[in-house]
Amino acid sequence: MLDIKDLHVKLEDEDKQILKGVDLSVGAGEVHAIMGPNGSGKSTLSYVLAGKEGYEVTQGSATLDGVDLLDMDPEERAAAGLFLAFQYPVEIPGVGNMTFLRTAVNSVRKARGEAELSAGEFLKEIRARAKALKIDAEMLKRPVNVGFSGGEKKRNEILQMAMLEPKMCVLDETDSGLDVDAMKLVAEGVNALRSPDRAFLVITHYQRLLDHIKPDVVHIMADGRIIKTGGPELALEVENNGYAALLQEVA
Amino acid sequence: MALAKSKSEITQARLGGLKLPGGGEWITAARKAALKRVQDMGLPSRRDEYWKYTDPTTLAQPEAPPAALFDVGDDTPVYGEIDRLKIVFVDGVFDPDASDDLSLEGLEVERIADAARADIHWARDLFGVLEARGQTPVARPLAALNTATANEGVVIRVTGRVLRPVSLIYLHRDETSDAMLHHLVKLEPGAEMTLLENGPAAARLNKVLEVEVADGASFHHVRTQGRDHERRAHTHVFARLGTESRFKSFTLTVNGVLTRNESVIELTGDNASAHVAGAAVGDGDFLQDDTVFVTHDAENCESRQVYKKVLRNGATGVFQGKILVKEGAQKTDGYQISQALMLDDDSQFYAKPELEIYADDVACSHGSTTGAIDEDALFYLRSRGVPRVDAEDLLVLSFLAQAIDEIDSPEIADELLSRLEAWLKRRRG
Repeated sequence: MLDIKDLHVKLEDEDKQILKGVDLSVGAGEVHAIMGPNGSGKSTLSYVLAGKEGYEVTQGSATLDGVDLLDMDPEERAAAGLFLAFQYPVEIPGVGNMTFLRTAVNSVRKARGEAELSAGEFLKEIRARAKALKIDAEMLKRPVNVGFSGGEKKRNEILQMAMLEPKMCVLDETDSGLDVDAMKLVAEGVNALRSPDRAFLVITHYQRLLDHIKPDVVHIMADGRIIKTGGPELALEVENNGYAALLQEVA
Repeated sequence: MALAKSKSEITQARLGGLKLPGGGEWITAARKAALKRVQDMGLPSRRDEYWKYTDPTTLAQPEAPPAALFDVGDDTPVYGEIDRLKIVFVDGVFDPDASDDLSLEGLEVERIADAARADIHWARDLFGVLEARGQTPVARPLAALNTATANEGVVIRVTGRVLRPVSLIYLHRDETSDAMLHHLVKLEPGAEMTLLENGPAAARLNKVLEVEVADGASFHHVRTQGRDHERRAHTHVFARLGTESRFKSFTLTVNGVLTRNESVIELTGDNASAHVAGAAVGDGDFLQDDTVFVTHDAENCESRQVYKKVLRNGATGVFQGKILVKEGAQKTDGYQISQALMLDDDSQFYAKPELEIYADDVACSHGSTTGAIDEDALFYLRSRGVPRVDAEDLLVLSFLAQAIDEIDSPEIADELLSRLEAWLKRRRG
């Protein structure tokens, strides 16, 4: 589903290479995890996939079901089925969460050639999805992410993910800033969305999230490359021995 | 002190062709006193500190520069869905046929020309009085000129809690019209009213609104200054607040070649609260100026100034805002924010925030920012599938929200929001 080949990325304004040849293939229905130390390029990878400005792809490709992602605007990537759950969801004062979600859902539906949801249909859909994530009506009315706790912000990300029905979900450090209960709730939300035609790329520092969202494949990223790929046991190895031992072993 | 020659010339040129309207003794006395103020102060020129960012030439010159009539297309009238008492002025002249019958339970409303004919009138104690109080420490000669010569407008005395708003509607139908409107509102103790205003009024408008808010009374004011591109407007609000009174004024300005809105608010009774706010959106040949002066002269009062401007294609925004806390005005809570959102590199925003405090137990804060659309927020919205233009519009509305939140009525706030959305949509392409 997601195919990344020899991806090289540098900062647009600086002569600084961040990704130095990433190769990654995620098949439909699979859950892949990317782990790695700070500064290894994990978040950059997620931003480049989603289309954030400020990065320059100098080499390589990234496709979603064979379609070139890197050539598209961020909104086109969303319509094509890519979703990035942000590490730091942005606060937007003065725009109601509900208004935002409805605009997003209908924009994506329109771009996909589907009929826009009426106010009633939308309400029905969002109520059911929100309930599963323990998001109450009051939180839906509040401005987007403003005054939300860390857990609320991440639950709101998963709600958006559920509403937009993407094929490829990238979760950037979704466990950061969450206590155990909040992490469980978020993980349940993600697991509920697992399906044979949807794939996940879970970026995380720590193994603990992977106790709740069980990956099929674990990649270790360091210095802009994927240096090791294995099964879930690789995450445990990192947890027990740290990255340093692993880096040494590869070197 | 004699006026500088240039100032004297401007003043004489303007006053030369004017004569005071007729009326009873009380209003003639008020007008003569106002004329004296104009002669003493002189009309403003570019050299005045208070007009540093906004050129008053076209506001002070004898003839109004013509303004082409603006076709609003299929726009529905503002506040069209709201049950209100309508009072219509066409190019600054009262239109009895288009207006409702001037009666509403809980208030008395009268044309100023009618009140002027009375020998004795309650308005005597206030007409031109609040304007005159607002002349120090900063001169506002065009407001005094208004008091001296305006013979149109309404005087309203509110005795009860009036739920139905009074709606002043200003239509512009003559390309060379030069309108002078003077309104006076007196809220008796415990009274409450909402005043709505909308429309461009004339090629050039000079307007004064004097508001006396007695103890425990509450005044809400929402106005929209419409889409008429070439019109010019210089408006003044002079308000005096009694103990435990509430004052709220919000203005939406959409286009217009020149708009200067002055608000002069005096808190004279303890525990009073005054909020003034504005949202302005301008495109191209547009200058919008909010000049605000809030004086705290009592204890435990609260004031807020919230001004937001969205500018593009060389539009100019001006904010001059002052909080003056007099000696003894302890426990004052004063807040002021002015912000501009620039949608391109061609626009400009001038801000002059001022605090002057003579009491030692107060909390006053102010801030002013100028910025572009937040790229992180834009990316966030786009990553959710919202196309760039729609995402920008959402962020513009997000930027204006803090000002629009100052409108108490959700019905009116929603209406103004939908007008802003329509404005944003029209701006595309």
